[in-house]
Amino acid sequence: MKGRIVGLAAIGISLALGVASAARAQATDTVIDRIKAKKSISIGYREASIPFSYIDAQGKPIGYSTDLCTRVAATVKAALGLPDLEIKWVPVNLQNRIPLVANGTVDISCESAVNTIGRQAQVDFSSPFFISSTRFLVKAKSGIAELADLKGKSIALPINSVPERLIKSLIERDKLNIRIVPVRDNSEGFLALSTDRVDAFSTDDILLFGLRSKAPSPAGYEVVGKPLSFDSYGFLVQKNSTVFLSLVNATLARLAREGELQKLYQTWFEPLGVPLSAPLATTFQIIAIPE
Amino acid sequence: MNYAWNWGVLVQPPYLEWLGQGIAMTLAVSIAAGIIALSLGTLIGIFHSSTSGAMRLVTGSYINLFRNVPLLLQMFLWFFVVPELLPKAAGTWLKRELPNPEIITAIVALGLFTASRIAVQVAAGIAAVPGGQSMAARASGLSTVQAYRLVLLPQAFRIVVPPLTSEFLTIFKNSSIALTIGVYELTARTQQIQSFTYQGFEAFTAATVVYMVIALTVTTLMTVIERRVAIPGQSARV
Repeated sequence: MKGRIVGLAAIGISLALGVASAARAQATDTVIDRIKAKKSISIGYREASIPFSYIDAQGKPIGYSTDLCTRVAATVKAALGLPDLEIKWVPVNLQNRIPLVANGTVDISCESAVNTIGRQAQVDFSSPFFISSTRFLVKAKSGIAELADLKGKSIALPINSVPERLIKSLIERDKLNIRIVPVRDNSEGFLALSTDRVDAFSTDDILLFGLRSKAPSPAGYEVVGKPLSFDSYGFLVQKNSTVFLSLVNATLARLAREGELQKLYQTWFEPLGVPLSAPLATTFQIIAIPE
Repeated sequence: MNYAWNWGVLVQPPYLEWLGQGIAMTLAVSIAAGIIALSLGTLIGIFHSSTSGAMRLVTGSYINLFRNVPLLLQMFLWFFVVPELLPKAAGTWLKRELPNPEIITAIVALGLFTASRIAVQVAAGIAAVPGGQSMAARASGLSTVQAYRLVLLPQAFRIVVPPLTSEFLTIFKNSSIALTIGVYELTARTQQIQSFTYQGFEAFTAATVVYMVIALTVTTLMTVIERRVAIPGQSARV
């Protein structure tokens, strides 16, 4: 009981000192403290989120997001004065990335997470480094260009994804008679399309371009439709680690200012035939905050 | 651990509704598959206990095929591969016309898989009935069908109630594999809540509790059935 009163008092005092402690935030940032104590930074990567974060033939994580986080580690190394800072790569997946960031196993998860208000309740997101839009993968010459063209036809949607939520709400809003086939992952979505189970597969357009490039005959498929959404990708950081988060965003800002972000984009996305879009070019300008 | 617990998410719309729909789908898929499994499994089990070598070969092949291929693979094969092997019209009907193809495929796949396991148990139950019973039944003038219906099966089923209980429990747990072909059952719904809110721990805890409640209910029901049907002095449980 006594301990509880002391605890409550402590909470009261810390609330009262809230303004003052904000100034001392640098000393209490949990991620920074952890990195200093371990002399290492743990970066989360995915095994097959092409071209953001995936493993090469030697099992080494590579990709656009991975490259960006290597730069973040360099910034952290310089800012904290830790010349022997070590990078630890931790594999994550859609199911465990949030718990691993929340419990501190991963300091920053560098892959392809869409920023949503709901998710912000659990983690913080870095500045956007990529914009994806929900579009459709269809067979070439199918005549399908928009969602309305799918009336009386079928569409595959990845189960439990942001695009699924979007397309379902559009179908309900416009009362379209479109049959929805939920699929487990992107390769099943492509299988459903290639075996004519569905007439279109909808998800983030960058993933559709990736599927198309790996298809036995890429010319047999096309990515169509005007962008139905504007989904920004961010790195995942433990909630309320503002000092660490600003180091991450400062790195992205510097890379964008110096044109290195644009170069990295070309390295990873031109092979997929996805040139830098106008919205993404603008996004790079917006995140290029001056020092 | 810096995780913002929010148990309230479980009772918020639309998440509570999703959980409810998930539970309903899990129960529907499992019970429908259970009915297929029990009827088909019993039939195959009876034939498997026959003395005809040809019959045993057919039923044995079924059992080996369905029992030895992982359920995950079977679901995938039924859903994606079988329509491609059928004549074009039939394949197109399965892919385009059949209502809720993923749910029906899941029920059939889970039912056929579990039937192979129940068949083995039923056959074992029949084999466990003392041989004198079968001989006495025939000697008193019963036909083969009558001997099975009136003498062998009533005893065999009593013997295999405990392993059948495990099988029914397994059906409910195996129904979660249906999410791989797009069935929104309980596990898929909890993953959906985790994907929308990132409150994965709360959603998975809820699913765990629901699976536990289902399992305990099934166990209790089966124990009651076992007690009710027990022949005094012959109970398998001491």
